[in-house]
Amino acid sequence: MIPAPVRYARAHDLAQALELLAEPDAKAIAGGQSLIPVMKLRIARPSLVVDISRLELRGVDVRDRALHLGPLTTWDELLGAAAIQRPALAAIAECASGIGDFQVRNRGTIGGSLAHADPASDMPAVLLALGAALRLRSPEGERTLPLADFLVGPFTTALGAQELITDIVVPLPARGSGSAYVSVEHPASGFALAGAAALAGAGEPTIAVTGVSGQPFLLPAGEDPGEALKAAEVFGDRFANAEYRRELVAILARRALERALERAEEDR
Amino acid sequence: MELVVNGEPRSVEVEPRTLLVHALREGLGLTGAHVGCDTSQCGACTVLLDGRAVKSCTMLALQAEGAELTTIEGLGGAGELHPIQQAFVEHHGLQCGFCTPGIILTAADLLSRDADPSDQAIRHALRGNLCRCTGYQSIVESIRAAGAALREGAVR
Repeated sequence: MIPAPVRYARAHDLAQALELLAEPDAKAIAGGQSLIPVMKLRIARPSLVVDISRLELRGVDVRDRALHLGPLTTWDELLGAAAIQRPALAAIAECASGIGDFQVRNRGTIGGSLAHADPASDMPAVLLALGAALRLRSPEGERTLPLADFLVGPFTTALGAQELITDIVVPLPARGSGSAYVSVEHPASGFALAGAAALAGAGEPTIAVTGVSGQPFLLPAGEDPGEALKAAEVFGDRFANAEYRRELVAILARRALERALERAEEDR
Repeated sequence: MELVVNGEPRSVEVEPRTLLVHALREGLGLTGAHVGCDTSQCGACTVLLDGRAVKSCTMLALQAEGAELTTIEGLGGAGELHPIQQAFVEHHGLQCGFCTPGIILTAADLLSRDADPSDQAIRHALRGNLCRCTGYQSIVESIRAAGAALREGAVR
């Protein structure tokens, strides 16, 4: 299908992009791998798309004891980044390699995926486990939000209408850490029926899950994943009922934790 | 809008909502990129955008302004098949052929990164290309053979 009529503007810098987003039904587009499909189905009918894909917000680097992921970094570029090739950050590539498909990873961006906030998207679980925060910019200024506060509900975030993600900041885990991501995908869509990410080895492990409720979330620290998930709100649908999902995600959480601990051994 | 298609500067008039695949097919008469689904899943519309395989149905044409595109029409030379196309002919890599342009361009991106991919890597790369004739085994064999032909060509 063909999208509903729309106007198009290419932003040349961040200030111009934010200005263009002042229009009430404007939508930012980067790789478009989430937005274009819903525009084609006319679920989304923005009046204006603001193309931010040529802004200087891409690339992966380490500075000030943190990994910085430019929001316009494609999954493919992320997979090739030397900075993430270490046991403590192994969950990032493990997760990114399974997102969408080859063509989607060539276009789709990490920032676009976070802003789209599909409740079954994979990377939020990894970034939650790693304790990531987002730098956001609006005409009013800059703010930093932990990812857990950014994700509000299904396809809903704390991002303002005239606000863009400018940086994804992952604190470098302590030496002796490992991370992992494990998921069971729906065979047709590739989205997670359930997925779990863990960071472990130095200090208290952190585990986050996706695909099982309105948004990916962190499990309470210090609890057995199975016990913690007994109390969690878990949804069911025609692919997997709530009881099955709860059991599945608990198993995935344990596997992610085990794999993260194995990797932590490599980081000593 | 201006872009470079198969090595030639081209100009095409589009609406802002026009998808790249329609600009190619209806604007430039390059009908090798096929529309096989409405949901960005089938990969029959795959083209190379600055050397990378992308689904041309999942981009606005305007997003490709100034880019270099390669479609199936421009992969080989004038009147001759590209080694990947030749391998598909020799190894029965197509049945009805509808998905083939997309699959060959996906393979072109894969083989440009790794001319000797494992079968697992080939299958992983083909995740976004559906073949309803279900000829995947021959497709994987064709891509493996194409990799060998390209490696041999590089040595020569």
